[in-house]
Amino acid sequence: MEATIEVIGLRKRFGRTMALDGMSFRVTPGQVTGFVGPNGAGKSTTMRVILGLDAADEGTALVGGRPYPSLRNPLSHVGALLDAAALQPSRTGRNHLLWLAHSQGLPARRVDEVIEQVGLRSAARRKAGGYSLGMRQRLGIAAALLGDPPVLMLDEPVNGLDPEGIVWIRGLLRSLAAEGRAVLISSHLMSELQDTADHLVVVGRGRVVADTSVADLIATASSGRVTLRTTARSEAMTALAHAGATVAAGDRDTITVSGLEAERIVTLLNANAVPFSEVAAHRATLEEAYMDLTRDAVEFRAATGVTTGTATGVTTGTATGAAAGQEAAR
Amino acid sequence: MSSGTVTPYRSGLRTGRDGFAQLVRAEWTKFRTVRGWLIGMMVAALVIVLLGLLSASGSQTSCGGPSDVCPAVPVGPGGEAVEDKFYFVHRSLAGDGGITVRMTSMTGQIRLPDITPGTRRVVPGVEPWAKAGVMIKDGTRQGSAYAATMITGGHGVRMQHDFTEDVAGRPGGVSAASPRWLRLTRSGEELTGYESADGAHWTKVGTARLAGLPATVQVGLFVASPGDLTVKQTDLGGSTVQNRFAEATAAFDQVSLEGKVSGGAWSRDDIGVTREPDGSPHHPGGVVESGGTFTVTGVGDIAPLADGQTIESTLTGVLTGLIVVIVVAVMFITSEHRRGLIRTSLLASPRRGRVLAAKAVVIAAVTFVAGLAGAGVVVPLGTWILRAGGNYVLPVSLLTESRVVVGVAALLAVAAVFALALGALFRRSAAAVTAAIAAIVLPHILATASVLPAGAAQWLLRLTPAAGFAIQQSIPEYPQVIGHYVPQAGYYPLAPWAGFAVLCGYAVLALGLAVFMLRRRDV
Repeated sequence: MEATIEVIGLRKRFGRTMALDGMSFRVTPGQVTGFVGPNGAGKSTTMRVILGLDAADEGTALVGGRPYPSLRNPLSHVGALLDAAALQPSRTGRNHLLWLAHSQGLPARRVDEVIEQVGLRSAARRKAGGYSLGMRQRLGIAAALLGDPPVLMLDEPVNGLDPEGIVWIRGLLRSLAAEGRAVLISSHLMSELQDTADHLVVVGRGRVVADTSVADLIATASSGRVTLRTTARSEAMTALAHAGATVAAGDRDTITVSGLEAERIVTLLNANAVPFSEVAAHRATLEEAYMDLTRDAVEFRAATGVTTGTATGVTTGTATGAAAGQEAAR
Repeated sequence: MSSGTVTPYRSGLRTGRDGFAQLVRAEWTKFRTVRGWLIGMMVAALVIVLLGLLSASGSQTSCGGPSDVCPAVPVGPGGEAVEDKFYFVHRSLAGDGGITVRMTSMTGQIRLPDITPGTRRVVPGVEPWAKAGVMIKDGTRQGSAYAATMITGGHGVRMQHDFTEDVAGRPGGVSAASPRWLRLTRSGEELTGYESADGAHWTKVGTARLAGLPATVQVGLFVASPGDLTVKQTDLGGSTVQNRFAEATAAFDQVSLEGKVSGGAWSRDDIGVTREPDGSPHHPGGVVESGGTFTVTGVGDIAPLADGQTIESTLTGVLTGLIVVIVVAVMFITSEHRRGLIRTSLLASPRRGRVLAAKAVVIAAVTFVAGLAGAGVVVPLGTWILRAGGNYVLPVSLLTESRVVVGVAALLAVAAVFALALGALFRRSAAAVTAAIAAIVLPHILATASVLPAGAAQWLLRLTPAAGFAIQQSIPEYPQVIGHYVPQAGYYPLAPWAGFAVLCGYAVLALGLAVFMLRRRDV
C-alpha cells in the first residue's frame, strides 16, 4: 500500500454554508505536509471526511488508495489526532491506549512503547481528566502512533504545547517523515509550520489555494525586491532605471528596486558615484506569503459592508509591518 | 526533500486480528477501566441483595396455638403446594380395574356475609369449580398422585390429575332428568376417563399417566367445593377479595367396580378436613347411602395452592437495581458522545454497527453477571429468611427457581441493552435515562401499585418493555382454579418467556434504530 492521502473534488454543504467546495490535494510520503488556512476554511471537515467520520456530498477521499471505512485494522494504516480533549476523564492515559490497542488486536506491549515514545511514562497511570493540554496532545499523538501507521494526520498538534513541547513535536514529525511516512498536520497559523513543514497545502473557502513546497512559496512572495536608502534619490533612480530595473520612490529617502540583485545595485551605484547609506534585500516570510494567498478568503469573510479597496489596504499594511519586524529581528 | 526519492514507510509491527472479538475486548477494556461503572454494577447487585433481604427479614408469620407451628402444606407429585381437601368414599383396587357411576344431581350452598349478627345467611348454589365424580388415588395421603373424572359446577365434565392438569370434556351440568355417567379405568400407569349420557355410548375425556403409581390404589367417589371468591374493585384501581364458605353435594347411583376390589364396606375419609381445637372437624363432609345411592357432601378443593409468599417476593430490590443498571448502560455510550470519544471509537472501527453491537455484548454480559450474583444470592437466602420467619413460601422446582434467578439476570441484561440503545439514539444521559425508566420501570410500578384497574395494568404489562418482568413469576396461573390473577398479586398477563420476548423485541428494535442512525449521522 502506498502511504498517501488523496482528496479528490470534495464538496460538502452544511445548511447554507459550503464547507468544502472542490477540495483536492495529495499528501506524499517522506515529508511533512502542512495543511493551513484560516479558521473555517474546511481543514477539520476535510480530515473528518478522509477518516470516514463525515460523509461528503461529492468527491472521494482515499488513504493508501482505499476509502477509510473499508480499511481493516485502520489504525495501522492511518494514525489520526483530531481532538486531544476527546477522553474519558476517569480513565487513565494508559488504559485509553489499551482499549485502542485491543480494538486493533495489538498487544499491551505496544501501548508501553508509544507511551515511552511520547514521553508520557510518568503520567500514563494517572486519570486523563487531570492532564494538562500538552499531556493530552502527547496522549493523542501516542494514540495516532499506536498502529505504527505509514500515514499520520494531526489536527492542530502544536496547540497547547509549551515551547519545549513544540520543539519536541517538530523533531518527532520530521523524524516520522524521514522514515518515509506521509505526515499531514493542520494549523491556522503559518508560523507554527514554518520550521516543520516541507510542503504546504493552503486552503481557503473550502478549496485549495496553493499546493506548493515551502521554498517555492517564499521565493514567489519575495519576488526580489530591494530597498535602497540614499540622499541622492533622483541620481540613483536614473542610474538603476538605465540598468533595466523597476524603481519606485518610497517615503523620504528610500527607493524600492525590483529586477536587480542587491550586489548588482551596489556595483552600479559605486560606478556612478551615487552615495547610499543602506541596501536591504527584502525576503518575504512564510506568514507574508500566506497572507497574500489567503487574502481572498479573508476578504470574503470581511467583505460584508466593506469595500474591496479598504480590505486590500489593510492586508498590505499588515504584511509590510510583519516584514519590518522580521528585518529588525535579524 | 522530494517525494520521488523516498521509500514509503513499512511498519515492522505484526498486524493484529480485525474481528468482532477484538472490538468486544476493546469495549470490555473501556468498561472495566472506568471505576465508576464497575462500582455502579456492584451497587446494582448489592441493592438487589440488600433490599431483598431487608424485606424478607421484615416479614413474620405466626399461626398461634400451643406449639406456634403452622400446619404443613401438602405438596403434589410435581413439587408444588396443593390444596387436597375433599370427601372420599373409596375401596382398595389391586392392579388394573376401574369404576363406573351415574350422577343424578349436584347441588350446593354458599354462606354469604351475615346481615344480622349471629344469624347465618346461607343460600343454595354450586361453585363453578365445585367437583364431584370418580377418582383413583395413590392412598389417602394429601398430595398423593391421583386422576379423576368429574362434573363441575359450571365447567362441564373434566378429567384432572395430579392437581395441575385439566382436560375439558363436554359442557353442561347434571340433573335427575338428564343424569350423566362417568367412568375411570386403570391400566398400569395409564388412567383413562370416559363420560356418557346413557351408560351405553361412551366418550373418552382424557388420559393421564401417573408414573410410579403403586399396584394397590384407592378407587371411589369424591366431592369438593372451593370457597366462593368475590373480587370487588375499589375506587383507586385496587380491589378487595372475599372468600366465603361453600359446599357441594352430589348423588351417585349405579356404582360398579371392576378389578380386584376389596370387599366389605366402603371407607369414608374427609381428607384434609380442618380440625377445631378440640379435634372435631370444622365444616365436615359426609355421605349417606341408601339403596345403592350415595349422596356425598364435600368441602375444599383438589388444586394447586396459591396462598403464600413466592420466591420472587425476595426480588424487591430488582427495580432499584434496574435503575442503577440503566444509568450505567446509558453512560457507557453517552459519555463517548459528550466528549467526542465516539470519533476515536469509530476511527478504530469504521464499521459503525459493530461498535454498537460490541458495546451491547459487553453491557449485557456485565449486567448479566451482576444480576446473576444479586438474584442468585437473594432468592435462596431471602427465601430461607422468609421461612425462618414463619412465612409459608410456595415451593417451586429447582428448574423454576433457576429460571427466576437466570431470568432476572437476563431481564436486567436486556434492559441494559435497551438503555444503551436509547443512549445512542438520544446521545444525552438525562434524556436517555428518563426514557428508559419511563419505558421499563414506570409501567411496572403503575401496574403493580394498585393505581390502575386490573385490565389497564395487564395491558401495560403486555405492551411495554415492562412485560419482561413476567420472567420472575414462579407460580403459574391455572384456569381451573379461581383466583385473583392480577399484576398486583404477582400474576403477569404473559407467560414468563413470552413477556421476556417482548422486552427483547424492544431492545432489538431500539438497537437496530440506533445502528441505523449512527450509520447515517456525521459524528
